[in-house]
Order: sequence, then C-alpha cells, then structure tokens
Amino acid sequence: MRLINQKPGVAFAAFLTALPFALALIAYAIGSDIRLSANPSDKLLPAPSTILSTAERLLTEPDKRSEQILFWKDTWASLVRLLLGVGISAFLGTVVGLLIGLLPHVRSTLAGFVAVLSMIPPLALLPILFIVFGLGELSKVVLIIIGILPFLIRDLSSRVLEIPREMIVKAETLGATSWVIAIRVALPQLMPRLIQAVRLSLGPAWLFLIAAEAIAADQGLGYRIFLVRRYLAMDVILTYVIWITALAFVMDWGLRVLSRKAFPWTESTL
Amino acid sequence: MSFVTVDNIFQSYGNRPIIERVNTTIDEGEFISIVGASGCGKSTFLRLLLAQETPTRGEIRIDGKPPAKEPGLDRGVVFQRYSVFPHMTVRENVVAGECFRRPWGRFFGTERKAALGRADETLARIGLDHVADQYPATLSGGMQQRLAIGQALAAKPRVLLLDEPFGALDPGTRLSMHDFLTELRAETGMTVFMVTHDLEEGFKLGDRVLVFDKPRWDPTDPNAYGATITYDFDARDGGIPFQKIKEETNVLQPA
Ligand SMILES: Nc1ncnc2c1ncn2[C@@H]1O[C@H](COP(=O)(O)OP(=O)(O)OP(=O)(O)O)[C@@H](O)[C@H]1O
Ligand SMILES: [Mg+2]
Repeated sequence: MRLINQKPGVAFAAFLTALPFALALIAYAIGSDIRLSANPSDKLLPAPSTILSTAERLLTEPDKRSEQILFWKDTWASLVRLLLGVGISAFLGTVVGLLIGLLPHVRSTLAGFVAVLSMIPPLALLPILFIVFGLGELSKVVLIIIGILPFLIRDLSSRVLEIPREMIVKAETLGATSWVIAIRVALPQLMPRLIQAVRLSLGPAWLFLIAAEAIAADQGLGYRIFLVRRYLAMDVILTYVIWITALAFVMDWGLRVLSRKAFPWTESTL
Repeated sequence: MSFVTVDNIFQSYGNRPIIERVNTTIDEGEFISIVGASGCGKSTFLRLLLAQETPTRGEIRIDGKPPAKEPGLDRGVVFQRYSVFPHMTVRENVVAGECFRRPWGRFFGTERKAALGRADETLARIGLDHVADQYPATLSGGMQQRLAIGQALAAKPRVLLLDEPFGALDPGTRLSMHDFLTELRAETGMTVFMVTHDLEEGFKLGDRVLVFDKPRWDPTDPNAYGATITYDFDARDGGIPFQKIKEETNVLQPA
C-alpha cells in the first residue's frame, strides 16, 4: 500500500502524538542529569523536579515585598495587554478589511498603502513607540497592533474579495444596499475567517508582547523572564515559558472550538 | 408593446468582441430560452440584462425606463452556483428575499413573524419545509437551486434571469423543477430568460428560443468576431423542436 494511504489506528495515533513530547522530556532529563552529576550547582539545565518545586513556589507563595503572587500579577498584566492588542486589531482589521474588500474606492486608496506598511518590521518601530507613547501600557498594546494589524487587514480584505461575485450580485437583486451587503452577506462570512486569522496572528502577538515587556515594563511575563535572566534562574524562566506556551495553546484551541461551534454552516475544517 | 428592448448591444472584453449587434424585443410574460455553444457569450448577455455589466455599445431598456446602471429589485437572478447564502438557514434565505431591501437588511418584531410565516408557505410550495432549519451546504444541488428560485421569487422581480439553473441536476429532478417553474410562471406572469444547454428543455419551457452563434467567422482569427442571435424560434406550439423560424436576419450564409 502507498505511504499516503497508510493511516495509524486510534490508539497508535495517540501514541504517536505523545511520542515527541515524551522524547523531548526524556532527552531533557538525561541532559540535565549528565550536567548535574558533573556539577551539582549547574544552573543551565535544572532537574525536572527542581522546575516543579520552583513552579509550585512561584504559583503559590506571595512576594515578600509586595505581598502579591508575582506569577499571577505578571500573567494578568500580560494577558490584558495581549487581549487589548489582539482585540483592537481584530476589530479594526474587520472594519478596514470589509471596506477594502467591498468598496473599490477604498481599495484603490488603501490596499497599496497597507501592503507597504505590512513590510515595516514592527520591532524597528519599538523605540519610536516608547518615545511617542511612553513606557506605559499604551506603547505595548500599540506594538502588538502595529505588528498584526497589517496582516489582519490584508488577510481579511482578500477574504472579502474571495466572496463569489454572484453572491454579492444576488444580494443586489434582492434590493440590498452596500451597507446591508456588508453586514448581512460579507460580515457573517468573514467571521470564521477572522477567527482563523486571529489564530494565526496570536504567535506574532506574543512575540511583540514579550519583546516590548523585555525592554520596558515593571510587570508581565516577558518582563519577569528577562529580569531573572540576570540570575541565570533557568527554573523560573522554564516555568514561565511553559506557562506562556500553555496559555497560547489554550487560546488557539479555544478559538478553534469557538469557530466550530459558532459557525455551524462552515463545513470546511478551519 | 415590448417590455424588454435590446437595442444593438455590443460587448467586448479588452479588444475581444464577445457579442455584437444583438437586437431583440421581448413582451411582458414571455419565457425566453437562450442556447448556444459554450463560451459564445450567453452568460455575458444575462449579465448585461442584469445590469451587472454595461455594454460597450447599445442599451437595454426594461419597461421603457432608462438603462439600469446596477442590479436591482426589478431583476431577479439564479446563477448556476453561489445563488444562496451559505451562512443563513433555508428559511432565512427565503426571508432574505424580502428583508434585504430594509435599512438593516432584517425584519423585526411582528413583521419578522409574518415574514417567517410567508417563508414557511413558500418552503412548503417548493418542497423544502422539512429542511427549513438546515444550512444550504447540507442540501442537494437540486434543493439548493429550488431554494435559490424561491428566494429570488420572494423579492417579486418583474424579470427573472436563470443561468443554466438545472445544469447540474439529474433528469428526474430536472423534470420536477420544470413543473415547478411552469407553475410559478403561470402564477406570477413574470418575464423569464433562461440559459440552457439542453435544447429539449429550452423548447419545452420557452415561448421563444434564441440561438447565439457567430454569424461571421474569420478562419485565421476565431476571436475576431462576436456572437449574436442567429435564430429566434417560436417554441409555443407544445414545445416541439423544429418550429418555424421567426427571424432570419443573421443566419450564417455560406460564402
Ligand atoms: N470578465 C471577463 N473578462 C474577460 N473575458 C470574459 C469575461 N467574462 C467572460 N469572458 C469571456 O467571454 C466569453 C463568453 O463567456 P460567457 O461566460 O458569456 O460564455 P457562455 O456562453 O455563458 O458559456 P457557457 O455555456 O460555457 O457558460 C468567454 O470566452 C470568456 O472567456
Ligand atoms: Mg455561461
């Protein structure tokens, strides 16, 4: 039988899914063991047990000075920035994407401009953002928006343009105005695409968030990682990295479930 | 008194003529079948009738009004594909035929209830009441076309344009769609243009059958000339083919 037609059974598929995770864990444990047996005070690859106990300490013990659990404080600060940045981008991306996709005049005006804007490396703008918006929350949220909005606009406007012309003409023959076509035909069909696009832009959004926090912040997941880097606290860094990965994964998964539940009319797997 | 007047229409894309010198008049309530070779410009002609495109020369008037600049309520259309809205249930699709003309594209309150009631009646008529709450993607091709026709009719257009509406259907479904369309026409008395590749279907349903073909042919450059109406058959007498020719203006003459 051809390789392309050979499919694993349910149990074997689950095993295959778990396999790389297990291998990575085992490889890490072995590496850490080798280094620690050579030098018990080695900080580079802390033992899994050390990471676990550090994680427990970080998640439960309040900071002595501020009497707050910094882990949750950092998480909250980062999530607020991320959700604000992604939420505002998604909203603007939808509105501008609809305008570009539906209105030829707006398309002529903005499509080329957005295409050029999206080529600007957002991180290169970071110093400007800090100068213009200060070191507070605003500059971090703005960095995320600058980082992902051009992509969202380009993706969503091309999705609007993909709506078959026939469907738009059909709506016209039913007496729909441009506004009605936008809210009753284009927008509902854009929503699953929006969720898809947001899923794709979550990765860059985290990247920009952590970069901004690393450079100027007084709390946040990225800030903490770059702070404890000075003490080579790999156990803390790894805990935070695992936590960020878990958050990103849960967001992605949540959006996928949402798009399946909320848009039963899409047959395609998004 | 002619209802649709097609006056010396030319349409080219780039410098490639697709249709040229198309002239015809159509009475209100006539059923016009349009046949012709693939790619000769039948869909283009429908797009011109729909005012989705403007002809490079000539004009089309409906009911003596100035030529329309964009598609509107007076002309309904069923394309071969993409004619229903995939994100709305079957019932909502029918309601859309009435409510898209509203400022928000919806009905509210009692008006909405009444419209849903009417939609259910329409669905019962077109035999889709059992799938009223499903999405179009779950319907078969024939059901989707029936829905598209029901939706177009809910808007009560004066002219209905059908582009190979039954092209993808099996012969049995096709026959029941013919009955459906004949009934609807008898009821509404609207003017219908239907493009089809099935001559039998064209003669069975149509009052007239227009044949599109190229009257001039340049052997060195097949794209040099566009197509026009070469035959205009009267198909009224029981729909049997080989009727008398009504016009003989553009028949291809051997050189
Ligand atoms: N927007 C366009 N731009 C350029 N060429 C076009 C456009 N639309 C149609 N054509 C060309 O015009 C010709 C006629 O197309 P049309 O779709 O009207 O043919 P048709 O008679 O409907 O064919 P079929 O029976 O296959 O549906 C085709 O050769 C096509 O390539
Ligand atoms: Mg066609």
